[in-house]
Amino acid sequence: MGNPYAIEMVHITKRFPGIIANDDVTLQLRHGEIHALLGENGAGKSTLMSVLFGLYQAEEGEIRKDGRKVTINNPNDANDLGIGMVHQHFKLVQCFTVLDNIILGVETTKHGILQKDEARKKVMALSEKYGLKVDPDAKIEDITVGMQQRTEILKMLYRDNDILIFDEPTAVLTPQEIEELMQIMKNLKKEGKSILFISHKLNEIMEVADRCTVLRRGKCVGTVSIADTNEQELSRMMVGRDVQLVARKAPAKPGETVLDVRDMTVASNRHKNNAVKHVSFAVHAGEIVCVAGIDGNGQTELVYGLTGLAPVADGKITLCGHDITRAPIRKRSAEMSHIPEDRQKHGLVLDYSLEDNLVLQRYWQPEFTKGGFLRRSAIRSYADRLIREYDIRSGQGPATIVRSMSGGNQQKAIIARELDRDHKLLVAVQPTRGLDVGAIEFIHKQLIAERDAGTAVLLISLELEEVMNVSDRILVMYEGEIVGELDPKKTTTEELGLYMAGAKRQEAER
Amino acid sequence: MILLIQYTLIFAAILSLVALGGCFSEHSGVINLGLEGVMVMGALGGALTMKALGSAPSAVVVIVTILVAALSGLVYTLLLAFACINLKADQTLVGTALNILATAAATVIVKAINMAEDSSNVSSTVVYTKANHALTTKIGGFSFNWFVAVAILALIAAYVILYKTRFGLRLMACGENPQAADSVGINVFKMRWCGVLISGVLGGIGGIAYITAGVSQWKFETGVAGWGFLALAVMIFGQWKPLNIGLAALLFGFFRALSSVYSGIGWLASMKIPSTIYVMLPYIISLIVLAFTSKNSRAPKAEGIPYDKSTR
Repeated sequence: MGNPYAIEMVHITKRFPGIIANDDVTLQLRHGEIHALLGENGAGKSTLMSVLFGLYQAEEGEIRKDGRKVTINNPNDANDLGIGMVHQHFKLVQCFTVLDNIILGVETTKHGILQKDEARKKVMALSEKYGLKVDPDAKIEDITVGMQQRTEILKMLYRDNDILIFDEPTAVLTPQEIEELMQIMKNLKKEGKSILFISHKLNEIMEVADRCTVLRRGKCVGTVSIADTNEQELSRMMVGRDVQLVARKAPAKPGETVLDVRDMTVASNRHKNNAVKHVSFAVHAGEIVCVAGIDGNGQTELVYGLTGLAPVADGKITLCGHDITRAPIRKRSAEMSHIPEDRQKHGLVLDYSLEDNLVLQRYWQPEFTKGGFLRRSAIRSYADRLIREYDIRSGQGPATIVRSMSGGNQQKAIIARELDRDHKLLVAVQPTRGLDVGAIEFIHKQLIAERDAGTAVLLISLELEEVMNVSDRILVMYEGEIVGELDPKKTTTEELGLYMAGAKRQEAER
Repeated sequence: MILLIQYTLIFAAILSLVALGGCFSEHSGVINLGLEGVMVMGALGGALTMKALGSAPSAVVVIVTILVAALSGLVYTLLLAFACINLKADQTLVGTALNILATAAATVIVKAINMAEDSSNVSSTVVYTKANHALTTKIGGFSFNWFVAVAILALIAAYVILYKTRFGLRLMACGENPQAADSVGINVFKMRWCGVLISGVLGGIGGIAYITAGVSQWKFETGVAGWGFLALAVMIFGQWKPLNIGLAALLFGFFRALSSVYSGIGWLASMKIPSTIYVMLPYIISLIVLAFTSKNSRAPKAEGIPYDKSTR
């Protein structure tokens, strides 16, 4: 093995209409290392990997394998070179079994009939060797996200790939599953596989990677050895300036009650029991109240009940003195802004342009409508202003189709829309999920600015750090009930964790 | 009673052939709403062939007719495949256009042929009396239609192809998640072309089977009376699975057969229900069945959506 590099991407340039996704990027992956590719949302990481995997062709630059120049025109070429990829959105057929998904594309047949026995043996052996637990006969739609990811990894191993690309693999996993994945990656490295690990989570990179290449706005900032660096330096390379990893804020000055929830019960659409059980709380002007809890303890349904996405079975919701328990969504939204949990489903119309999405909550107002017709020029100039103020980056400005934008910029569009209209209450559900440190910093600043301007903020978060940093008051939800109210200045993450796990609870004064 | 079974079998055979066609197309990700038109074209090709063959040996008539009908259907679905796969046109619109076009085109073609033979004959009817007897064979008192054999073979073949072969696995992957198929190096366009063309072949055979069932001439202005759509209903009721499609076709075929033979069954005839009710039965049943089952039906996930490499 004369050449130390398993794969090299040299001076790669890839352009899309209106945007240079990769500008003269060089990335060198050594044999048997875990190499992290770090960058903000939209920095061009996924594009670069798509070039390597043959999904896109670069305009300039070349790819070398073991020092020899190669051309990769499609995923088959990549596969022939031993390159495999776990995509951010899994490429699995939902109604097929795990085994069928693994063999798809490289099936063995005899007289035209599929031969699955040998494939099964090989899959089980691989699963044993690397600790990738899967049930080969389970259908994808019935298994957990973690097992789906293990299926994707087995797909690569089954094809005897030795260069493995992981595209933001931890974004969809629970903390335990992330732990397992880190271990799996280390096992793969031990067996001599070379791994490219795309992420914007600094702590994961610090834990598992050997070296790290940083991209910023399509350009290569540099490659560093993890042993010689720290999170602060990496985040500076990624964002281009110093980032406050901890939000700074003055003490809250709570005012009058904006939102008052009494005895609210919301039915679950997944099981027969109620998802939210007789919950009561209040949010005041000028404070950030955070609902903490492990995913699936009724937070989603609580928000659905508040915002009108699901009917409330029992109880009363008062917003600024009006009873809104049964009010339609548009009436609620007059005083309530909502940053929804699922930004693609409830936050945006993905195939609409950015400008149309930005007026989605207001298009009927006289500012944007006259005699039943939309005032396109007013919408355009309004969108231009929001894009400037909130630094929403996209290929074609206000006319960009939102689907083509990166996750962070989609989220910025929602935030711009929701914050720029009149509201007394802001409901923000996991507003920083899947975003990089720069975007997280921006959103935390916005939330605190909202609070200081006298808005009541209800933040729903799964991230302990975010809960501790941003909130003024913490409500912990466990199995549909509020089991504790904590002051972030007087509690610890350990105590918070105990409440979230249901090991501890305050008996409320009811 | 024998007549009832005989009719049930032939009608079920027609429905399963066409429904299997739809099944292949939809598993590849393309909704072939133009099956009605494909049937008309298959029928046209087959009928003209039978007219030309006249009293040729039975085996020749059966084989050549089926081949020509299949080819006619295939050629006609080229339009659908090209428009929907390569040009990414709306599949519902193209299918509907094909349906409207087929009956009109067939009528024009037949009229032109008839007028060329006899300038005073402007009818849209093709007569194939001589060849028609070749399509059935007597087994005792039972008149066995060769299309029933073709349908049974098609059902078995469809089951094996879809569930036991590499082609089937890849075809269904294209209809469920074309991005996933593409990422493992499967040519989605090619698989979809295959799915659509198979639907053309089966739809075309279904068409000639339909117009030869019991009659020896066909007036092409009537088209195929909604049987292409009935077959789609059978496909949905059969949950896109070959064996279920066979059973669903038997059910629908039975009710259609009832309308042909009820007058010969004593107690049914004595109820004095107007014959139109019986004729309506398959259609009414399909409405009821779909109303109750379509909620739980699980269509191929990506069907109806043109595949575009660049969408994430």
